[in-house]
Amino acid sequence: MAGTALRGRLTWRVATVSAVREETQTARTLVLDVPDWPGHLAGQHVDVRLTAPDGYRAMRSYSIASAWPSSPAGGAKVDLTVEQVPDGEVSPYLGQVIGVGDPLEIRGPVGGWFVWRPEQPGPIQLIGGGSGMVPLMAILRAAELAGRQPDVRLLYSVRRPESVLYAGELARSKSEIAFAYTREGPAGERIGRIDAEVLARSAWSPDVGATVYVCGPTPFVETVADLLVAAGHDPAQVRTERFGPSGGGR
Amino acid sequence: MGIVSPGFTGRRRSGPELPPGQYLTEDFPVLSAGPTPQIRPEHWEFTVTTETGEVHRWDWQAFTGLPQEQTVQDLHCVTRWSKLGTSWQGVSLDVLLEDVESAADYALVQCYGGYTTNLPVEDLLDGQAWIAHKFDGEDLAPEHGGPARLLVPHLYLWKSAKWVRGIVLSDTDEPGFWETVGYHEYGDPWREQRYAGD
Ligand SMILES: Cc1cc2nc3c(=O)[nH]c(=O)nc-3n(C[C@H](O)[C@H](O)[C@H](O)COP(=O)(O)OP(=O)(O)OC[C@H]3O[C@@H](n4cnc5c(N)ncnc54)[C@H](O)[C@@H]3O)c2cc1C
Repeated sequence: MAGTALRGRLTWRVATVSAVREETQTARTLVLDVPDWPGHLAGQHVDVRLTAPDGYRAMRSYSIASAWPSSPAGGAKVDLTVEQVPDGEVSPYLGQVIGVGDPLEIRGPVGGWFVWRPEQPGPIQLIGGGSGMVPLMAILRAAELAGRQPDVRLLYSVRRPESVLYAGELARSKSEIAFAYTREGPAGERIGRIDAEVLARSAWSPDVGATVYVCGPTPFVETVADLLVAAGHDPAQVRTERFGPSGGGR
Repeated sequence: MGIVSPGFTGRRRSGPELPPGQYLTEDFPVLSAGPTPQIRPEHWEFTVTTETGEVHRWDWQAFTGLPQEQTVQDLHCVTRWSKLGTSWQGVSLDVLLEDVESAADYALVQCYGGYTTNLPVEDLLDGQAWIAHKFDGEDLAPEHGGPARLLVPHLYLWKSAKWVRGIVLSDTDEPGFWETVGYHEYGDPWREQRYAGD
C-alpha cells in the first residue's frame, strides 16, 4: 500500500478542500479529499501545483500532517498545514484564498527517508521548529494510533505559546512533550533556543538509541543536528528535513 | 492538463533563464538527509574504483596538487530553488579519470556520512563535473560539503554529492540514496525529472 506508492509514476490528482481549520493567526490546515489516494507514510510530503487563468504555474512542497490511515476507521483524508510566509507566492493563497469546496492539484506522496513506519522498532525523538512541526505531527499521530505513546518524545521550538500548531491535540496527547519558547512563554518558563541543556533535559538520551527526526528552517535543523551529534547521538539515527527556500526568517 | 486554481494569479518570480518549476534564490540553502559530517582535510581521501576492482587513491595533498579549474555555474535544487552564477574551484573529473582503465557505463558516488548517488559515467566527463573544494574563493564550508563535494551542475543538486569520498564504476546501474526512495534516476532539471517515472 504505502510502500508501493513510492514507485511508479506520480500523477497529479485534483483534491477537494473539504474543511479548513485555523491553527494559529498565521497557519491553517486544509483537509483534502483525494480520490484514489494510495496512502502515505508519516513524514512524507506532497507537491502542490497552482495554475493561474493564463496558464502560469507555481509549485511548492507541503508535508502531510495526517497519519495513514487518518482515522481508525480509515478514509483518505490528507491534511496539509500551511504557515503563511509574508510576501510568499503560494502560502498566502493556501492560507487565505482557497476555501472549502475548491479544487487543489497535488501529487505524491513523496519522500521515503524522513518517515516513520509502524513496524520500526525503538523510541522516537521528534524535534521541530515552527512549521517543521507538520511532518512530526503525522509521525506523532501515526505512533499514537499504533499505541506507541511511551516511545515518543517531542521537543517543539516555537516563538510564543500562540504559535503552537495543533495546540489542543498536543495538550491532550499522552506522549512526552516539551516546548522551547524563543520569544515569549508562560510565566516561569525559560525563554531561549534549544541548546545542549534543553536537549539533555527533554530529549531521549543518546544511549536509548532513538531514531531522531529534526524538521524546521535550515539554521534550526543545522544547530539541532550538530547538538545531537555532539551529545553522542549516532549520526545515522538522526534524520533531518529542511524547509526551504531561504530557511531563515521563520 | 490540470485545472485553474480559483483566485490564483501568481507573483511570477521565475525568470525565463530558469528550468521549469524553479525560482531564484540569492542565499545558499542547505539540504541534507542528516547532520553535517565534519571531515578534516588531513583525514580526507578520494578513491576511484573500477569495475575490475582496481583502486585509484588521492589524499588531500595529492588531490590539491592536481590541475585546478575555476568554474561559474547555475545550481538547481529539486526543492525548486535555483542559484545562478556560483563560483567554484576544483579538479575536473576528466583529470581524475584520465588514467583510469574502465569501460563502465555507471558511477555510484560515495560520501562520508553514508550518502550515495548514481549517474552515468558520461555525465562526469567532457568538462561537466568537478570535485570542488572552494566556493567564492574560500574553502568549502562543511554544510555545503566541505572539504570537497562533487559538482555536476547540469543535474539536480542531489547528484552533486557533498562530503564526497569516492566513485565506484560499474557495468550495472545501482540507485543511490534518494533514487531508492522515489527520486528520479537521472534528474535533468530542464526536463523536470524530479521523481521516479517523471
Ligand atoms: C519537503 C518540504 C516540506 C514542506 N512542508 C511545509 C509544510 O508542511 N508547511 C509549510 O508551511 N511549509 C512547508 N514547506 C515550505 C513550503 O514549500 C514553501 O517554501 C513555503 O510555503 C513558502 O512558499 P511561498 O510560495 O509562500 O513563498 P515564496 O514565494 O517561495 O517566498 C518565500 C520567501 O522567499 C522570498 N523570495 C522568494 N522568491 C524570491 C525572489 N525571487 N527574490 C526575492 N525574494 C524571494 C519571499 O519574499 C519570501 O520571504 C516545505 C518545504 C519542503 C521542501
